[in-house]
Amino acid sequence: MSASNISHALQGRERIAPERPAWAASPEPPEREALPLVTAQALQRTAAAPTADRLGQRSQDWHGEGWPEHLVPLREHAARLRRETLDDLGGYVAQLSNQVSAHGGVVHHAADTSEALAAIRGVIAERQARLVVKSKSMVTEEIGLNHALEADGVQVVETDLGEWIVQLGDERPSHLVAPAAHLSREDVAQRFSALAGEPMSTDADELAAFARQRLRQDYQDADIGITGVNFAVAETGTLVTVTNEGNARMATSQPPVHIAVMTPEKVIARMRDLGTLLPLLSHSGAHQQVTTYQTMVTGPRRDGEDDGPEELHLVIVDNGRSDIAETKYRDILACIRCGACQTACPVFRTLGGGHAYGSVYAGPVGAVLSPLLGEHPQDAELPFLSSLCGSCADVCPVQIPLPDMLVDLRADYTRTQESATARAGWKAWSALWSHPLGYRLSIVVTRLGGLLPRWLPAALPGAPRRWATGRKLPDLRQSGRFRKALRRMRLHGAERSHR
Amino acid sequence: MTQSETHAGPARIALFTSCAADLAAAGPALAALDVLHAAGVAATCPQAQSCCGQVAVNSGYPEQAARLARHWIETFEPYDMIIGLSGSCTASIHHQFPRILSGQWLRRAEKLAERTVEFTQFLQRHGRDMDLSLQGSITWHDSCHMLRTLGERAAPRAVLQRVRGLQLVEAAESETCCGFGGTFAVKFPELSCAMADRKLTDAMRLPVTHVASADATCLLQLGGRAAATGSAVRTVHVAELLAAALPDGVSTVEEIA
Repeated sequence: MSASNISHALQGRERIAPERPAWAASPEPPEREALPLVTAQALQRTAAAPTADRLGQRSQDWHGEGWPEHLVPLREHAARLRRETLDDLGGYVAQLSNQVSAHGGVVHHAADTSEALAAIRGVIAERQARLVVKSKSMVTEEIGLNHALEADGVQVVETDLGEWIVQLGDERPSHLVAPAAHLSREDVAQRFSALAGEPMSTDADELAAFARQRLRQDYQDADIGITGVNFAVAETGTLVTVTNEGNARMATSQPPVHIAVMTPEKVIARMRDLGTLLPLLSHSGAHQQVTTYQTMVTGPRRDGEDDGPEELHLVIVDNGRSDIAETKYRDILACIRCGACQTACPVFRTLGGGHAYGSVYAGPVGAVLSPLLGEHPQDAELPFLSSLCGSCADVCPVQIPLPDMLVDLRADYTRTQESATARAGWKAWSALWSHPLGYRLSIVVTRLGGLLPRWLPAALPGAPRRWATGRKLPDLRQSGRFRKALRRMRLHGAERSHR
Repeated sequence: MTQSETHAGPARIALFTSCAADLAAAGPALAALDVLHAAGVAATCPQAQSCCGQVAVNSGYPEQAARLARHWIETFEPYDMIIGLSGSCTASIHHQFPRILSGQWLRRAEKLAERTVEFTQFLQRHGRDMDLSLQGSITWHDSCHMLRTLGERAAPRAVLQRVRGLQLVEAAESETCCGFGGTFAVKFPELSCAMADRKLTDAMRLPVTHVASADATCLLQLGGRAAATGSAVRTVHVAELLAAALPDGVSTVEEIA
């Protein structure tokens, strides 16, 4: 059997022509266009407006009424729980490792991507694995696992429906929990038709049935199942993964080997903390009381048990988390990857999902996390890709102050990367505006600016033109009008305009 | 007016008009003075006021913003109450000042924030006997910082409810950002416009003539985009709306200049 046809699910993949722009590719290309240009291009994608509508409707339905009363205390408790583990991340991870080992699992500590890939490759080589089924995992996106394994000649099949759909189109997930949020049913039908080599209807049930039929065989044929981890319980060594499709359960129970990959901050202290965190994750991620499946794995299959893998490996990838935990941005590690901040973000929605951010993690959480991870220099600009509207903080189930962090990251950026000219300009501006005389002078200068032709900004190159062509600029001749009227009023003894 | 606890004589009230009033939007500030006068409130516009510095904070220059924050504190400290004409700038006093100041300046900022309210928050408690009448229909845009930082959703609605003949029709996306975001609009102009378009499309579906808000900058963004795209939606600041509703104002929303 040749490597190209081991997987049943991926047969016919070569018939799918990728229609995504380069910046939506998986893995993200090392050479990137400037962020403002990519965002402008993203708006031109045909999928952008319908995606914005879909996510906007979802946001309205899910978050429009604010936090349901019964979840308010749960949310506050969850925020405390998450910070409790961050206070002693090393201690809880050690406890988790001991427990996983005690239950027969093998723990691999990886400082970075290359160590994580080496650990996973080691297991794969040991088993001479050719086919891997995967359940959705963002950290494996972060370390570029799929492409690394494919380069080794291993076939990797994503089994989360949305993740499989984006894998077929050679795209990155566009949303943390809804990877194919940017695609319509028609888009999916088109992709499936190419895969099947025959036309398919746009009926959701038929599409789902096709996916199920394609994926089912691979669970049984796979040598290894790789999953992410939603929560890892330190006190018991239990790895918890939630899905609505049961694919994590299949991926952890059918193949003979299970590799779970997590970052250290996924650790939680106690089993009972799940009583708080699972309902919140379900609510924030999918507007459900509880997800359909909660798969809890404590060690590999033991004697007398009917299912479960022969071997369980837990790969804990730090990739900068321990460093972040020591900074003022520590709270970003409280994130439980529900994607609520993305769904609620008008910037993310208008861009038609997360691809335009150019990083693995997109949206408000991504605009904070990506620059801290420092995978790509351009990620440092992501904190500016926000209107700071604050919707993200409102919906965050663990109360991460995302807008404050975005603002602080902007300050970090200007301190290290902004030009000296820009810094000098802001300094001069604040000196001018903190003195009444200087401020009045700038009002006069602004009014003079208003006397310049209105078409001028549109004639200037770069940002002024792009800004000015989209909207009618405020009439700067208005500058000083208020002060003038105020002086006239004072002459008449009362601050009232008598317009 | 109530007597201040700290000194004899009438309470000294300041109107914090924001730099937008000086540079691009005089109308709301002039209107606010009329409304406060009609409410029986003697408010002063301190000559020395300039900008709260929010644009610098959001651009990544907290030290430069702090300089303006200190100037703001010195300017407004002599007053018993400060009325902010922008929800966003008022939120900046409450939320950003404590984040960029320290030591005695921080303590002074916190004390001052306690007596700094947004315009409609002030009117919710004062000027209940104003005679307000205006025919027409508007929809409301909750500016992000007024809504989410100040946590104020009710005050403008309660005040507008006092205007006889005025219908407030709620938009599905009343709480969605207009896409201005200060320097965000300059860094990502197409995105900013696309966000404004979604707001304008949402408002166009409603039987209203105007989008009203408590923030002039959101309205400059929405109005500027509407003018560039030929959208029929017009914009009006809540102070202008209330001034127009006074006895010497106009009779319909459509007449507002």
